[in-house]
Amino acid sequence: MDENPLIELREVTKIYPLPSGDVIALDQVSFTVREGEFVAIMGPSGSGKSTLLNQLGCLDRPTSGDLYIKGKNTREMNDRELTDLRLNTIGYIFQRFNLIPLLSAYENVEYPFLMKNRKPDDTGRVDLLLGLVGIDRALAAHKPPELSGGQQQRVAVARALVNEPSILLCDEPTGNLDSVTGHQIMEMITDLNRKGRTILMVTHDQAVAEYSARTIVMRDGRIV
Amino acid sequence: MKDVILQLSMRNIRIHFLRSVLAALGIVIGVVAISSMGMMGANMTLSVTEELSSMANIVVITASSGGGGFGGGQGGPMRGGGGDEEEKISEDEFNDIKKVAEKYGLVYVIYSESDTIEVGDRKGRSTVYGLDDEVMHELFTVTNGSYPRSTSSVMIGPTLADRYDLKIGSKIDIGDEEENRTTTVRVVGILEERGMSMDINSDNAIIGSQKLFTGMYGGEGEYDQVNLILNDVNDSARAKEEILGRMNKKEETVNVQDSSRMLSSITSTLSTMTTFVMAIAGISLLVAATSIFNVMMMSVTERVREIGIMRSIGTQKSEVMKMFIYESVILGVIGATIGAIISLAIGWIVVLAMVGSTDYFFTSASLIYIPSAMLVGIVICIASGIYPAWRAANLDPIEALRAE
Repeated sequence: MDENPLIELREVTKIYPLPSGDVIALDQVSFTVREGEFVAIMGPSGSGKSTLLNQLGCLDRPTSGDLYIKGKNTREMNDRELTDLRLNTIGYIFQRFNLIPLLSAYENVEYPFLMKNRKPDDTGRVDLLLGLVGIDRALAAHKPPELSGGQQQRVAVARALVNEPSILLCDEPTGNLDSVTGHQIMEMITDLNRKGRTILMVTHDQAVAEYSARTIVMRDGRIV
Repeated sequence: MKDVILQLSMRNIRIHFLRSVLAALGIVIGVVAISSMGMMGANMTLSVTEELSSMANIVVITASSGGGGFGGGQGGPMRGGGGDEEEKISEDEFNDIKKVAEKYGLVYVIYSESDTIEVGDRKGRSTVYGLDDEVMHELFTVTNGSYPRSTSSVMIGPTLADRYDLKIGSKIDIGDEEENRTTTVRVVGILEERGMSMDINSDNAIIGSQKLFTGMYGGEGEYDQVNLILNDVNDSARAKEEILGRMNKKEETVNVQDSSRMLSSITSTLSTMTTFVMAIAGISLLVAATSIFNVMMMSVTERVREIGIMRSIGTQKSEVMKMFIYESVILGVIGATIGAIISLAIGWIVVLAMVGSTDYFFTSASLIYIPSAMLVGIVICIASGIYPAWRAANLDPIEALRAE
């Protein structure tokens, strides 16, 4: 075990109680992630990788076990503190992009900045990030439904980075993209890792997993 | 500060414009109904109060039915319709009242009796008053003819004159022919219309001298009523207190009525009526509340995924809740503002139709119902939005993200 891991899971178990019987989605999962690592989580459907990512993103709480982020036990945090963690420490890139449809591309990127700083971006960070992911000013004025899948995912990457999070969680980031755009997005994510960002990525695509330095394989809620 | 949450609320209203307009329409109707009814009530109260305050300077003293008032049967066989023994105020009692009340204004006595009258071959009933000559000059204005100078001449009110087509010189037979007590009097004056009053309702009455009255009905020195016309209307309560203090020291001999009590009783009745009508109008706001609630629930259901996204990227529950509360506040403010503008027009028409005058329409007592109804409308909107907003804020982010 590392002395000061960025993320540490200790026997994390997640059980979904169902009328037909309890479903164990995660079964005593333990591992650590150091700062700057790029970890791919692989496994077949139903293996528990999305549940694991939800735990890492603090969207859900474990039934038992502990999750430490930057040394703090998330079990001891209330909803407000977990939400603050998602806003400041964690960036999320989803398979379905998940942009807010009522906001323009620019506003989608600016949204977490506004939530954090309570003032519009006067540092030019939003423009800079949009430029880095290849979205120009004209395109940034468009609403998500007016953009292609690749463009939406680029905006989502910019949004995930706007508050400079230490951890970037990616849930099948290329799952809804063609191979060329998927490759471009993965290059972008790899580049972010090269610059020191810690990345955890769920994928079932071996080619995508090969961008990472370490792969965790899951089956039936356990790491194999 | 750029409030992105407010922006989201406004944009959502804009993209569901028709639905939002229909929801706000309920609030418009509710605000118009409540404020129009309120304004109608206020205008009615103000109008009646103004009309009644012209006679607010009158204090009426009558004999108490349970006290030591002078018995009515003694003076003549016909007083009190023959059957009922009405309590009267004696001469001594009148003098006692006069002693304490004189300093406040004119104190005078009234004889009165309701009796059968006959004009030509037309029969009917009228009140006959017997008054002191000086008091007659003080109280009444003759529009046609003169004041009575003899015991056989009378003045009549304008309504009675119209009803029986009476003119100066016309003759009226007072009393029941079958009981063999008929007195014929001649009309010498027709009075100016006086309206309803606490002291004397002269419009449909015959007014003659005290001598004529006691000649017909007997009972000299047994008065039906003592009136005090105040020089200063503010003395009403004090005068009443002093009269009661003197007259009812040992036992209850007189009742004193001042018009302020009547006035407050009428305004209280009107106020109750207004509240009742406003409550009925308020039902429309409840319907509007249901509509707003429905729209907000639809909005939450449609935006479950959006809520999930917002929560997953660090939006607090309170911000999500605020987004939906903003939406209901916007609907409420727009609906209430449009309602307030329309209320001015509808309220004006309702007041004109129901009260007959818009003299008091632009007074604060009347217009206050517009901001009040607006406030009620907005509060109802917010209340309708609270549960949907709370529900949205407490959605499970993972479940919300899975929604299509």
